[in-house]
Amino acid sequence: MSESTPSVFRRFALLLSVFRRILTDARFAGQVAELHAGRATAASDARGGKETPRLREAEPNAGLQLLGLLQRDGRLIDFLEEDVGAYSDAEVGAAARVVHEGCKETLAQHFTIEAVRAESEGDRVTLAADFDVSAVRLTGNLVGQAPFTGSLVHRGWRVTETRLPQVATGHDLRILAPAEVEL
Amino acid sequence: MSDARYAVGIDLGTTHCALSSVDLDASEWDEVTQDLMPVPQLTGPGTVAALPLLPSFLYLPHPDEFAVEDLTLPWDDRTDQLLGELARSVGARTPIRLVSSAKSWLCHPGIDRRSSVLPPGAPEDEVSRVSPYQASVRYLEHLRDAWNHAHPEHDLVRQEVTVTVPASFDPAARELTAEAAQTVGFRRLVLLEEPQAALYSWIHDSAGTWRKQVRVGDIILVIDVGGGTTDLSLIAVTARDGALELVRVAVGEHILLGGDNMDLALAHLVGGKLTATGTTLDHWQIQALTHGCRQAKEALLMDPSLEAVPVVVPSRGTRLIRRSLRTELTGGEVTHTLVEGFFPEVPVSARPAARPRAALTKLGLPYAQDAAVTRHLAAFLGMQKGATEDLPGFEPGGGSFLHPTAVLFNGGVFKANLLVERVMKVINDWLATDDAPPARLLAGVDLDLSVARGASYYGYVRRGGGVRIRGGTARSYYVGVESAVPAVPGVEPRIQALCLAPFGMEEGTQAEIPPQEFGLVVSEQVRFRFFGSPVRRDDQVGDLLEDWSAEEIEELEEIEAYLPAETRTPGEIVPVHLRASVTEVGTLLLEAMPLDGPEHWKVEFNVRNPANE
Repeated sequence: MSESTPSVFRRFALLLSVFRRILTDARFAGQVAELHAGRATAASDARGGKETPRLREAEPNAGLQLLGLLQRDGRLIDFLEEDVGAYSDAEVGAAARVVHEGCKETLAQHFTIEAVRAESEGDRVTLAADFDVSAVRLTGNLVGQAPFTGSLVHRGWRVTETRLPQVATGHDLRILAPAEVEL
Repeated sequence: MSDARYAVGIDLGTTHCALSSVDLDASEWDEVTQDLMPVPQLTGPGTVAALPLLPSFLYLPHPDEFAVEDLTLPWDDRTDQLLGELARSVGARTPIRLVSSAKSWLCHPGIDRRSSVLPPGAPEDEVSRVSPYQASVRYLEHLRDAWNHAHPEHDLVRQEVTVTVPASFDPAARELTAEAAQTVGFRRLVLLEEPQAALYSWIHDSAGTWRKQVRVGDIILVIDVGGGTTDLSLIAVTARDGALELVRVAVGEHILLGGDNMDLALAHLVGGKLTATGTTLDHWQIQALTHGCRQAKEALLMDPSLEAVPVVVPSRGTRLIRRSLRTELTGGEVTHTLVEGFFPEVPVSARPAARPRAALTKLGLPYAQDAAVTRHLAAFLGMQKGATEDLPGFEPGGGSFLHPTAVLFNGGVFKANLLVERVMKVINDWLATDDAPPARLLAGVDLDLSVARGASYYGYVRRGGGVRIRGGTARSYYVGVESAVPAVPGVEPRIQALCLAPFGMEEGTQAEIPPQEFGLVVSEQVRFRFFGSPVRRDDQVGDLLEDWSAEEIEELEEIEAYLPAETRTPGEIVPVHLRASVTEVGTLLLEAMPLDGPEHWKVEFNVRNPANE
């Protein structure tokens, strides 16, 4: 009998343990609520039924659109395509200002980005058993069981809101910047 | 009376437009539910994003410039004109097709504002130009469509719409703005002066505490420096039936001087340093430099400890590192150019170097010839020293200028605290010379969005939700009458000014009918000279002025009456009276009424330049 269609006895045992965990674990309760409402959680999707493939191609359009925006407002492609080795730090620095200012504006306009952990880098942090493994990466002397205590090396970044522009049907996103001809 | 769900405020600015709304069903007393609508617009070919502001730029593309599908908006796919952010950015590369500052052209006395003159430098057979009026219509249409797209249940034309205009707009420019809004379909429309909108926004933001921050006898000076214009107003705090009341007592003249001039001045200064090293800058580079200077200026003004901030003009080609131009803007340059150039410490007796409307040598905007905002301010306060004489509870001013007791700043320029401090210092130095107490700073206005937000709040208070600013028209109006003296060869007949509309006429009121008769010829345009005074508060309808000074009465464009031949014979001379009223919308209406009949004919403001005919 597979894990996804348990027996009556197994289901009764599950009922009791789930009952207790719903009361004690708010996050788990939320996931059950989602499941009950008919919305499978992202985690359950990723683990997948037999129909969904385990890996899929990333959809290129959003990537192309973002590259186009970073080029248009921040000249990112121009900057990366140029040979930095041929110039002095001052020259590279001057161009980097253009890239920094423009790309920063693009990010601020289209995403809300915040740190995953609110603590300062270098602080001691403790991770409870149910911490989100995709949001926190454990490194170094990785042994034992949760709770884990360690030093925060990088605060992480999380996008909380995406506001990418709408794109006209038929617009060729592969053109990151059109060639420009002045008459 | 009303099925309107929202009070909507539209800031139809020289450089940016914004739209704010108050949900009338969800607002009561000081609890106001207000929103700012992000405006979807093309930000690149084929790319639509919603931004808080709609740049007031209209671009007339070449048919081969864009793929048709790349100009699609959520609600239409017009391809002959585009506006907003994309218009601004492509216009920097192709300025001959870019319409900018349409609002300043709308009150330009030297042109026909309904004829297609924009962009002024465009080759006529290539670019189908638009009129300043049409450009205003287009911006309003875009805002209407954006609103309707977001609120399909609440068509904007059925909401209470307030469109803001500069306090200094003349009657003709106000009427053109109202007409543009009516063309777009707004049925419940009122106009509001921008400095008043800023004060409304301040009142709203104070959440009821404004009553503690001002007192009877206060005179609030509103200094609104927008992207393209400087607009001044004086608002007095009085009491009526025990409650505080606000009365707008004076407005300044139209000064084409704003934040963009300041950024451009810095760009030319920095550009000068680059040209000294042998580089020449093209139009696009100047624009990029202006952008860079604006950023650098803001950094320098925010942090006085900075000595210099690098400014980079990016290359146009792909070689960003090799071809970019690097220079810097120093704190000293900003202080010298901006603070001393635009806000110098001058005595209160100082006046702007030249009359702003003097000597138009070529077709262009009549930019202020004196860039010093403080000199314009000194002239305004000096001219308006008697502005509160007739108000109860105000001491007769003894000094050489009107003494403001509080100052409200508006406009992005004043994000720089240094400039706020400078203007406050200048005003308080003036007050000190008259032994008057220093003026207070009314803080807390959102400098970019307060006009739109104040306008939607005004739509709410008009329905009885809060304090209103009274004041009516800020000018008295006169028609020129030739005096009945024997003609002397070589001497122009003397003109008298007959008062048609007294100072301070409220919306929705009619002036008395002056006894003087005018003869109008049926089927012929008859023109009259027309005058306005921002200071003559005591003239009554029918008063005839023999002499006046250019400071107190300004000649406006002519007005013209046309009697159609419907019920009369062409060529017949019909004696009429002229009557002024102020419409509910807030525009001045002049009518000719025959002595022998019930008809009314509208007397039009002449917005055509006689020199062009």
